[in-house]
Amino acid sequence: AVGPKGIFRVIERSEQWSVGELEPEDFGAIRELSMNPIGDRIISAFFSPGKETVDFASFVRILAHFHPTETSRSRDGVQPEPANSRTRKLKFAFQLYDQDRDGKISREELLQVLRTMLEMQVTEEQLQSIAERAIQEADLDQDDAISFDEFRKVRGVDLIRDQIDNWEY
Amino acid sequence: LSSLSLFFNPFDNLVCILLGISLTVWFTLLLVFIIVPAIFGVSFGIRRLYMKTLLKLFEWATLRIERGAKENNHHLYKPYSNAIIAREPTSLEEEIKEIRRSGSNRDLDSAPEFEMSDIFYFARRGVESIMDDEVTKRFSAEELESWNLLTRSNNNFHYISLRLTVLWGLGLLIRYGFLLPLRVTLAFTGVGLLVFLTCLIGLLPSGRLKNFLSEKVHLMCYRICVRALTAIITYHNSENKPKNGGICVANHTSPIDVIILASDGCYAMVGQIHGGLMGVIQRSMVKACPHIWFERSEVKDRHLVAKRLSDHVEDKTKLPILIFPEGTCINNTSVMMFKKGSFDIGATVYPVAIKYDPRFGDAFWNSSKFGMVNYLLRMMSSWAIVCSVWYLPPMSREADEDAVQFANRVKAAIARQGGLVDLLWDGGLKRGKVKDTFKEEQQKLYSKMLVGTPEDRSRS
Repeated sequence: AVGPKGIFRVIERSEQWSVGELEPEDFGAIRELSMNPIGDRIISAFFSPGKETVDFASFVRILAHFHPTETSRSRDGVQPEPANSRTRKLKFAFQLYDQDRDGKISREELLQVLRTMLEMQVTEEQLQSIAERAIQEADLDQDDAISFDEFRKVRGVDLIRDQIDNWEY
Repeated sequence: LSSLSLFFNPFDNLVCILLGISLTVWFTLLLVFIIVPAIFGVSFGIRRLYMKTLLKLFEWATLRIERGAKENNHHLYKPYSNAIIAREPTSLEEEIKEIRRSGSNRDLDSAPEFEMSDIFYFARRGVESIMDDEVTKRFSAEELESWNLLTRSNNNFHYISLRLTVLWGLGLLIRYGFLLPLRVTLAFTGVGLLVFLTCLIGLLPSGRLKNFLSEKVHLMCYRICVRALTAIITYHNSENKPKNGGICVANHTSPIDVIILASDGCYAMVGQIHGGLMGVIQRSMVKACPHIWFERSEVKDRHLVAKRLSDHVEDKTKLPILIFPEGTCINNTSVMMFKKGSFDIGATVYPVAIKYDPRFGDAFWNSSKFGMVNYLLRMMSSWAIVCSVWYLPPMSREADEDAVQFANRVKAAIARQGGLVDLLWDGGLKRGKVKDTFKEEQQKLYSKMLVGTPEDRSRS
């Protein structure tokens, strides 16, 4: 969880980078992130579209998604949704697919994700067939793209209850 | 007015006399207890006594903090222990299966196919690494479990008790008011003597006398510098000390490493020529005995560097070379990848492990955070620098290994002896970026899970 130890580390990190704002290159020093096939996408999740830097407050706000969801909290319709709600986490994952932020995962976007996760290890035909199958299973309104609502209902995503609720770094 | 001046004059005289006396006493004490033993290489044991006293004090202070925290129900920030920091590596396959298992109750023994939820695994790992990754941990100072009365090393410092605060204040006074000036004086003395005497020796013709004197002078000045830092060093296995024609290889935590090693033996230093005070010292040192200094332009030329090193090593009258293969300062909890250059030359390698005791003061130099002067001031205002040096038995490159394997073997030996973690990573990463080949590994693992290996596919 983003508890005292976590925040301390984050602050140390930002001091280490010793700038008021982060750029995408700053994340490059994190070895495990560079080894992660979707590392670049995770990094761009921190930056608003069109912006090239992220300030500390926004940085922390995004990390706050990863605090465990408090399922016992009573739902008050008036309060804004907390950063770590299940929906927000799903949205974060959705946006890893939907890079142009148009609210839908197109076939091409899906292919791109598959390509980065699998790169040279599979053939183009295999990639196409994997993507085809995934879209067919998820695309309920037959518009050849996966919207956020459809994403939530995808088998596997809809029931990842425990995983997401306890999702913490 | 004249009566007033009469009143002040004797008083003035008295103050001057007192000042004169105290200065003389001060310098005599300095000479007798510190400089003379440094010249002869003996020790009164004052520093060890000092160390024992400090330890007892720290224990008391830590107990007080813990007791105080319990009383006030403060949440004590407990840093992770000294044990190996690596997480339990779970395989990619296991974790993804875990994610899928929680999502559906499909039979997972059948061939797993891509699921959109798989991305959660990669996302979580990615963010985990942003929060906390293995390599960057090595570059921040080690976090202590006990408190050594230096606020800079403690995150729990808030008001616990009057006694503790008084003690801390007293400590501050002693360190900055007494120890720091003393040490700065010693440091200047040591460095000044080094420059002056080596220049003198440089005037002598080459021969046994010159080498002998040079050795004595170097040792003496380094010993004074050791006392200037109040460094309490324990040398182990001195029978393995590096000999002429060899290369001494050690792990690197701070620029002080040089002083620590050079006060126990004579080495030829390797490095880039700097400007300023450092440059003056370097230039005068090389007058007395051959060190290997490179101009900035020469440093990039690997062949030139290798040639000069191997020329030096072949001449058996020259001193063993001292090299820090990590290339940068690491925080003394682990050993990073050794650069292979020095292992390529074919000389005997004498590994040395240096481990600092962090209870007394953190010797790690985070060069991206502090400049050199800032760092030295911090060192000189700490309580003491306590470290252990192990001389490991000499190693040579075997017929069937290449330079990299040899370097790793030496690194493993040093890490094992010093109780440090052996990390297979490049110290240059503190500032640089990662190569793409490592991303491929993750991709291979994932694709293996989904579509099998190329061999499987070609078979089907």
